[in-house]
Amino acid sequence: MKKIIFIVFLALSSAGVIHAASTDTRGYHMDPDLSDTKSLQRGARIFINYCLSCHSAAYMRYNRLGKDLNIAENILKDNFMFGTDKPGDTMNVALRPADGEQFFGVAPPDLSVIARARGANWLYAYFMTFYSDPSRPFGVNNLQFKDVAMPHVLWELQGFQRPVYKTVTHKDGTITRVIESLETGKPGKFSAEEYEQTIYDLINFLVYLSEPAKLKREAIGVWVIIYLLVFLVVAYLLKKELWRDVE
Amino acid sequence: MNMIKQSLCNFISWVDARYPLLKTWNEHLAKYYVPKNFNFWYFFGALALLVLVIQIVTGIWLTMNYKPSAEEAFASVEYIMRDVEWGWLVRYLHSTGSSAFFIVIYLHMFRALLYGSFKKPRELLWCTGMFIYLTLMGEAFFGYLLPWGQMSYWGAQVIISLFAAIPIVGDGLAEWIRGDYVVSDVTLNRFFAFHVIAMPLILVGLVFVHIISLHEVGSNNPDGVDIKKHKDKNGIPLDGIPFHPYYTVKDIVGAIVFLILFSLVVFYAPEMGGYFLEHANFVPADPLQTPEHIAPVWYFTPFYAILRAIPSQLWGVIAMGLAVFMFFLLPWLDRSPVKSIRYRGYYYRIALTAFVISFVCLGWLGMQAATPMYSWLSRLFTVIYFLFFVLMPFYTSIDRDKPVPERVTAP
Repeated sequence: MKKIIFIVFLALSSAGVIHAASTDTRGYHMDPDLSDTKSLQRGARIFINYCLSCHSAAYMRYNRLGKDLNIAENILKDNFMFGTDKPGDTMNVALRPADGEQFFGVAPPDLSVIARARGANWLYAYFMTFYSDPSRPFGVNNLQFKDVAMPHVLWELQGFQRPVYKTVTHKDGTITRVIESLETGKPGKFSAEEYEQTIYDLINFLVYLSEPAKLKREAIGVWVIIYLLVFLVVAYLLKKELWRDVE
Repeated sequence: MNMIKQSLCNFISWVDARYPLLKTWNEHLAKYYVPKNFNFWYFFGALALLVLVIQIVTGIWLTMNYKPSAEEAFASVEYIMRDVEWGWLVRYLHSTGSSAFFIVIYLHMFRALLYGSFKKPRELLWCTGMFIYLTLMGEAFFGYLLPWGQMSYWGAQVIISLFAAIPIVGDGLAEWIRGDYVVSDVTLNRFFAFHVIAMPLILVGLVFVHIISLHEVGSNNPDGVDIKKHKDKNGIPLDGIPFHPYYTVKDIVGAIVFLILFSLVVFYAPEMGGYFLEHANFVPADPLQTPEHIAPVWYFTPFYAILRAIPSQLWGVIAMGLAVFMFFLLPWLDRSPVKSIRYRGYYYRIALTAFVISFVCLGWLGMQAATPMYSWLSRLFTVIYFLFFVLMPFYTSIDRDKPVPERVTAP
C-alpha cells in the first residue's frame, strides 16, 4: 500500500513537471545548473552590465552574491558595483518607476524573482526571439512577449534578427502573413553559439537570483533524508520488537 | 539512582494529588484500548496532528519576520527567503505543510468512507471532524492572501466576490468582508488576524473536542466491528491493545515515512511544479492587472469546478456550499447496517469508486481554463458527486451486504 502511495506521489510530481513545461516556449529549452559557478559569475556580469541599469533586484544583496558566487569583496566592489552602493546594500537602481514608465510605457519590473514567475525556458525563448520591427518604438519586437516595451538591450552582442514570413490560407479563405522563423540580419559582436552561451549564463544567474537558498537546500536535503532513513530503521525495529507479542 | 527515582515518584504523586496527570495519561494513552488491526489508512489522524504542530511552530517563526501590509508583505516574504537565517526552510515547511495538511485530511476522510467510521456511534466525531475541515479551509484561504502575490490577490478577489452573488445583502456583505471596495491593505490586515489567531484557536479547540469524542466512543477499525463486545474478565477488549506503547511506536514509523516524503518536497520541489506554490504568485499583487488564468490552489479546485459548472453564479455558489455540507449528512444518509467496505455489497463499492473518481476529476478540471468540453465534463462529475449522497439512502438499504465477523480479522 505504501508503495502505491509513493508511486502516486511520484506520478503527481512528474505530472507537475510536465504541466510546468507545457507552457509554450517555442521549443526553447534550457537546464539551469547552479553548481556551475563560472557560468553564474559570467551571468552576474551580464546582468549587472546590461539589466541593472533599468531593472532592480531589490531583494538581493551584493555581498550575498559575492559569497554565493565565490567573488572576493575587492573584485565585487571594482567590477560588480557602481556608484555609491555598499556591499550590504540590495541591488537597487537609480531609475525611478515614474521615469521608467515615461521612458518605456511601463516601469521596468524588479527581477529578483522573475525566473520563478516566468520559468527558465520562457526567459530563454524571450532572449532568443527579438527581431527588427520598425513599427515599434525601439525598432524591435519579440516572439515570446508580443509588443514588449523593452528595447533589445543585447543587440550589440546578438545583432538584429529579421523575421521570415510565410502566408497562411485559412479555412474561410482569408490569407494572413505570419512569422515562420527568424534569420540573422545585422550581425553582432558574438557568433550565434557565443550569444546562446551568454543567454544561458544570464538565465542561469536569474534562476540563482530568484532563489539563492536553492544552493543550500539541495545540499542539505540529502542529509536530512539520510538521517530520517536511519531513524526509520531504528523506529521500525523498535515497532517490530514491541509488536511481537501482539502477533 | 534509587533516590532520583524516589523523588520523581514523589513529585508525580504531588502533582497527581492536584491534577489528574496519571489519570489523563492512562485514559488517553496507556490504558486507552485500540483495535489491533489498524492498517495503512489509520496513520492519517496522527499525521494530521503532526502537520498541525509543524504549521503552528513554523507559523510562529514566520510571523516574527512577516509584515502584514500591502506595501511590505511581498518584500518581507522575500526577506524571509533570503536574509533570515533558515527563513527559507521555515517558509517552505509552512507552504508545503498547508498542502500536506489537505492531502492528509482528504486521506483521513476517505478512510472514514471506506470503513464507515462516520456511522453510529461516531456521528458527532464525524461532524466535529467536518468542522475541523471547514476551519482548515478558512485558515488556508486567509493564509493564501498573505504572500501578496498576484494569485493571492486575485484568488481572494474572486472568492470574496462570490458572496456578492447572494441576493439583496450580497454586495454589502462582500464589502464588509473586504473592509474596502477592492481587496486592499485593510483586507490583508484582517486576513492576517484571522490566519494567525482566530482560525488556529478554533482549530486547536476543535481538534481537542475531536480527540475527546474519539476516546469516548473508541476507534473504529478496518472490519467495522465493535471490539467492546468481547472483553476479558478484567474488562479489557480481547481485540484491543493499549495505544501506548503499541500505536505510539507504530505511528512514529508512519511519521518518519511521511517526513521523508515531506522532505523530498521541501528540499527538492517546494513549488511542486506550480501546484503548491503557483508561478503567478511570484509577481507582486497588482490591483490594476488581472492575471491570464486565475485558479485556486489544488485543494479547493474540486469545489471551484462545481461552482463553475453551474451557469448561474448564485446557484453555483449554493451548489459549492452544498457540496461541502453534504458530508455532514453522511451518518444519516447511510442506511446500511454494515460499516466496513469489506462486508458491504457492490452498490456502495461502485458508488464510492464513482465518487472518488469524480472528486479527483473535478479537482483537475478546477485547475483548467474553462472550455465548453470541460464545462460539460464538470457538470457530469458534479451530478455524480451529488448522486453519491442523494441516492445513498436507497442504494445502501438494498445493497447485498455480507455477514460481519464477530471478532476483528487481518489489518
